[in-house]
Amino acid sequence: MLIFLAKRLGYLVFTMLVVSILVFLVLELDPGNVAQKVLGPYSNDEQRQIWMEANGYLDPLPVRYARWLGDFMIGDFGMSTRFKVPVSEILLPRLGNTALLGLGVLLVMVPLALLLGVLSGMKEGSVQDRTISVFSIATTSVPEFASGVFLVGIFVLWLGWLPGVSNMVGGFDIAQMVLPVAALVMYGFGYITRMTRASMAEVMQTHYIRTAVLKGVPQRQVIMKHALRNALIAPFTVIMLQINWLLSGVIVIEYLFAYKGFGSLLLEAALNKDIFVIEACTMVAVLVAVGTQTLADIGYMYLNPRIRFS
Amino acid sequence: MVASTEAAVPLPRRQSALARFLKSVALLRESPVGMVGAGIVIAWALAAILAPLISPFDPNSTILPFQKPGAIDPTTGKVFWLGTDKIGRDILSRIIYGGRRVLIYGPIATACAYAVGIVMGLAAGYFRGWWDSILSRVSDIVLSFPIFVLYVIVISTFGASGLNIVLAIIFASAPGIMRIVRGLTLDLRNRDYVAAAQTRGESPLYIMFVEILPNARGPLIVDACLRLGYVTITIGTLGFLGLGLPPPDPDWGGMVNENRALAPAFPHMIVYPCLAISSLVLGLNLLADGLREISIRD
Repeated sequence: MLIFLAKRLGYLVFTMLVVSILVFLVLELDPGNVAQKVLGPYSNDEQRQIWMEANGYLDPLPVRYARWLGDFMIGDFGMSTRFKVPVSEILLPRLGNTALLGLGVLLVMVPLALLLGVLSGMKEGSVQDRTISVFSIATTSVPEFASGVFLVGIFVLWLGWLPGVSNMVGGFDIAQMVLPVAALVMYGFGYITRMTRASMAEVMQTHYIRTAVLKGVPQRQVIMKHALRNALIAPFTVIMLQINWLLSGVIVIEYLFAYKGFGSLLLEAALNKDIFVIEACTMVAVLVAVGTQTLADIGYMYLNPRIRFS
Repeated sequence: MVASTEAAVPLPRRQSALARFLKSVALLRESPVGMVGAGIVIAWALAAILAPLISPFDPNSTILPFQKPGAIDPTTGKVFWLGTDKIGRDILSRIIYGGRRVLIYGPIATACAYAVGIVMGLAAGYFRGWWDSILSRVSDIVLSFPIFVLYVIVISTFGASGLNIVLAIIFASAPGIMRIVRGLTLDLRNRDYVAAAQTRGESPLYIMFVEILPNARGPLIVDACLRLGYVTITIGTLGFLGLGLPPPDPDWGGMVNENRALAPAFPHMIVYPCLAISSLVLGLNLLADGLREISIRD
């Protein structure tokens, strides 16, 4: 068990190092380019040269990388060229907002997807199963920006029930959370539903379920007591992996609804060449993604004794 | 002796490749869902091919801004079936040409990603050892990226051109394809026909591409269909984020992005492009589901 944990953590560190090298090479390979992004497109060569000397950008590449990585480790991400404040000051509140959005999505999506998946996997091939399958294929086919547009069209423009912008200008407003959460759930729940369905259908074919049915246990109890426990192990991993997908989804949805989160920050930074914000956002996103994958592996082993003890 | 045995048991003649292909296509008729999907995809493909014939206006010419669906162009008397956008371009024509663009870039990107992923997967699964460790590690790292974070950085750094978008999609999708091909290869490499080919002294290249790959095609075709849908979503979403194929040529996601500020007054400008992309992806996903259903049944 300890060896497994150490291996997973070692792998996490290794991945983060490789990713940091990639990010560094893509964004900071050419110091002149960095200087241009920091000083703006109208700076002249002399100004860039002075900036590069002052900030150590004339050192060789490995030295620059080592210093960059060291600063990153202690949380010094540099200054945002657009907002002229340290990146961490902007990043933290934005991360908090996105965490809130992500939490909302998971709270709605997971119970819904598990319920639909179990209902559909209970009786494979039934009308109920096929209806749920086609429904989840249909919602998964609509890209996040399009489901956002459809939801805005119905609930904002037509019915006028909800606000179409979620910038939270007048403080936190739960009504402004509804549409971003709904759009992300619509696109995301289908995948978990299908995984749960597959897992449930597999469990329903096992001998112990047949035994339970044959000895006269009521259907309800067979499902709740015998089937669910084993059927929900596989979806657990899938749900953890959905966090990786959510990090992509929030870019689109936060941009669409002008929600002040991590995704819109990354996109704005990318469009405005705000280089140090891009770097910080990328590293944080990958850390969250790889971190949840590691947790998923550990949790899966913990949940499934057949793996743990073999 | 040998000759007489062969003569005694005449082998049934092998059907031509075309006949076998048509026969497997006909199997799709057994899946209503798959048929609906195929219908939608074929309809979009036809619209894309016939775009110059069926689109009422030139997709990039500015005619009359802010027209609602059904309005009539006073100079030519033609109808703007889906209205016009904020600078007066006909939305129906832009949707048809936008479909052409997506149906060119999507399949090209998917096919290239498959070429790379198949080579990687076959090499990793057949040679095992070092090849496998290195290729699997590289894929794990690429796959651990939240995908759009990757696209946003790569495309905003290197510029939004068709080539860069295709390259970014190959980079992001090939590892997933590699994993599938690797898994299939690990299973197929132990079959008797592979051992027979090895005994005959065939080269590894021949064994990978002639013996293993054709037998892995079933799951790969289903995956390709799903992946093409996902690539379509990617291209549309990049357009929506302002990182898509360069204007002025129409792009479904880009159309939504250009006109969304006007959505409260003119919802048609953004709703129809969204319907277009959703229906194409739905078609591909239903087709994939039908294909999977059939391949499981066999």
